[in-house]
Amino acid sequence: MAERKVVLSAKDIEVKFRVRENYLTAIRNVSLDLYEGETFAIVGESGSGKSVFTKTFTGMLESNGRVTNGSILFHDKDLVQLKSDKDWEGIRGAKISTVFQDPMTSLNPIRTIGSQIVEVIEKHQKISKKEAKEQAINMMTRVGIPNAADRFDEYPFQYSGGMRQRIVIAIALSCHPEILICDEPTTALDVTIQAQIIKLIKELQQELGFTTIYITHDLGVVAKVADRVGVMYGGQIIEYGTVEEIFYDPKHPYTWALLSSLPQLGIKGEDLYYITGTPPSLFNKIIGDSFAPRNPNALKIDFAKEPPFFRVTDTHYAKTWLLDPRAPELDKPEVIHDLHEKIEHMTGKGGAFYVDE
Amino acid sequence: MSTNNERDVILSIRHVDVSFDVGGKKKFKAVSDANFDIYRGETFALVGESGSGKTTLGRAAIRINPCSAGEILFNGERISGKISRQQDRNVIKNIQMIFQDPAASLNERATIEYCVSEGLYNFHLYENEEERIAKVDKALEDVGLLPEHKSRYPHEFSGGQRQRVGIARAMIMEPQFIIADEPISALDVSIRAQVLNLMNKLKKEKNLTYLFIAHDLSVVRFIADRIAVIHLGKIVEIAEAEDLFMHPVHPYTVSLLSAVPMPDPIIEKQRESIVYTKEEDDPNASPREMREIRPGHFVYANDEDMVAFEKRMQKLESFHAN
Repeated sequence: MAERKVVLSAKDIEVKFRVRENYLTAIRNVSLDLYEGETFAIVGESGSGKSVFTKTFTGMLESNGRVTNGSILFHDKDLVQLKSDKDWEGIRGAKISTVFQDPMTSLNPIRTIGSQIVEVIEKHQKISKKEAKEQAINMMTRVGIPNAADRFDEYPFQYSGGMRQRIVIAIALSCHPEILICDEPTTALDVTIQAQIIKLIKELQQELGFTTIYITHDLGVVAKVADRVGVMYGGQIIEYGTVEEIFYDPKHPYTWALLSSLPQLGIKGEDLYYITGTPPSLFNKIIGDSFAPRNPNALKIDFAKEPPFFRVTDTHYAKTWLLDPRAPELDKPEVIHDLHEKIEHMTGKGGAFYVDE
Repeated sequence: MSTNNERDVILSIRHVDVSFDVGGKKKFKAVSDANFDIYRGETFALVGESGSGKTTLGRAAIRINPCSAGEILFNGERISGKISRQQDRNVIKNIQMIFQDPAASLNERATIEYCVSEGLYNFHLYENEEERIAKVDKALEDVGLLPEHKSRYPHEFSGGQRQRVGIARAMIMEPQFIIADEPISALDVSIRAQVLNLMNKLKKEKNLTYLFIAHDLSVVRFIADRIAVIHLGKIVEIAEAEDLFMHPVHPYTVSLLSAVPMPDPIIEKQRESIVYTKEEDDPNASPREMREIRPGHFVYANDEDMVAFEKRMQKLESFHAN
């Protein structure tokens, strides 16, 4: 891992939003190194800051939000220093692009599909109209639109939800970005369509070699797409590691809680595990471990001092005092022990719902 | 249905079609020939993708969508088509609904007290103000909220709390039957668990029956006793929850099961999802109907299908036996 090339390096990012007279700290000193060609998944509940964090990579924070500390190094440029839209031009949409959740709101309903793809290509590449159209149709075919040339002049309403999301992906990839940020790209879609879109992104990634940041709250999707995972809570990444480390050997109590509340692990007739309390208010200064008030096993120090990242392996780090050598021994909850065996048992051997064609 | 004759049927959907007019004489059949019973005290899940007709069928059960064919019986009485005003009120009181998005289904300009009491007002289910307040307090307490929440507005609550208000509003009518239309789809993972636990608790305490409408099979496995899978307006398979997961025979059920990603990287990285394409309806094929392949396990099939399904079922059985 150590020799792999870092494409983007965020350091100590802090983001504040001005809300009426107050300041809300949405992101608190988050650092992340993104390796070339990997898929990094960010999981967390709503309000944990997963979207806000990645929006800083494309300068797309809402107008009342500002990066107040830290740096984002990308090609020897610090993205935090970019201010105007003109500064961002060569990066946003060209080198780093985003696929959002709802394809209906990211496409313009009164313009043809084709013109919306061509617009992006013309904006970032100096080529003729004819060439741009050719490229657009090519891209539409790439993302699996049948009869792309015929459907070039159709409007978004003539496309199904899954097809629309394919178009959004085509637009995002039309300038061959180095990083693709997928912000809950399949949450609004049906499960069978979701499976198709996930597969499509994976295939295109292998073909075009971009790096993917995948934001989702669905741990099933994470298991399917991710190489590495970062878990966010209260505006911070509290644990990160390879996908296997996060699922089979989680260390942070919040990651434990998140995995334990999965309905797939529920036993009929018994209560599901759930997290008591509510997430911390981001208006107040958070002292100690932000998850401590909801953690039944919180230590005294969790309320007093923010834990640093402790190393578990070279790839796995967690921000919890439990990993301090002085902390009491505490094992993850019973319900997430032998996760793989449990789920394998549920789905039949080999993991696939046994099918014989 | 042949088996389980001794069980007490609360809602009986009998060969129900629901169609909508789509301009002129054209009709769109959203649900066709739905035919099943829901037993008292069970959680019956109806699972399908968007556009499959699952919500339409749920709404037909509370008379929002009229049936264009077939009938619906509630406690043995027909409640579809024309019924008396008294019966209509009876249906409204006894069949309540919980909706998907608690933010959208509560009146944002009304206090929680009003939101929860609305059913009581409409049906004059209280003698005096004190009794009404007592009922509201009790309903809030049942769902884990406090009496002082009464004077607050929906926006002052978190998503999970709002869904509790939605549940309290249904519970206050003391219904026998609840239709929950995607009640947890809009909620975060940890809050989902709370709402599911609450629904299970209330079911036990009040001997409720649920029709649980969902698109997510993984949730349904935990909460449902029986599951019906619906595809393009047709119910394709009905079985006990575990049975359906262990022995799915209809190709659509298989593809739906394979599409839901499981929270396990080892499994997910080696698994391919199976795409189901509905084969063109062969005009010469003999008509299909719900057939019982194993006791309590029904599948939509004709004679030819049954041969293939039976083969598959036997394979699955011998597979799970080992």
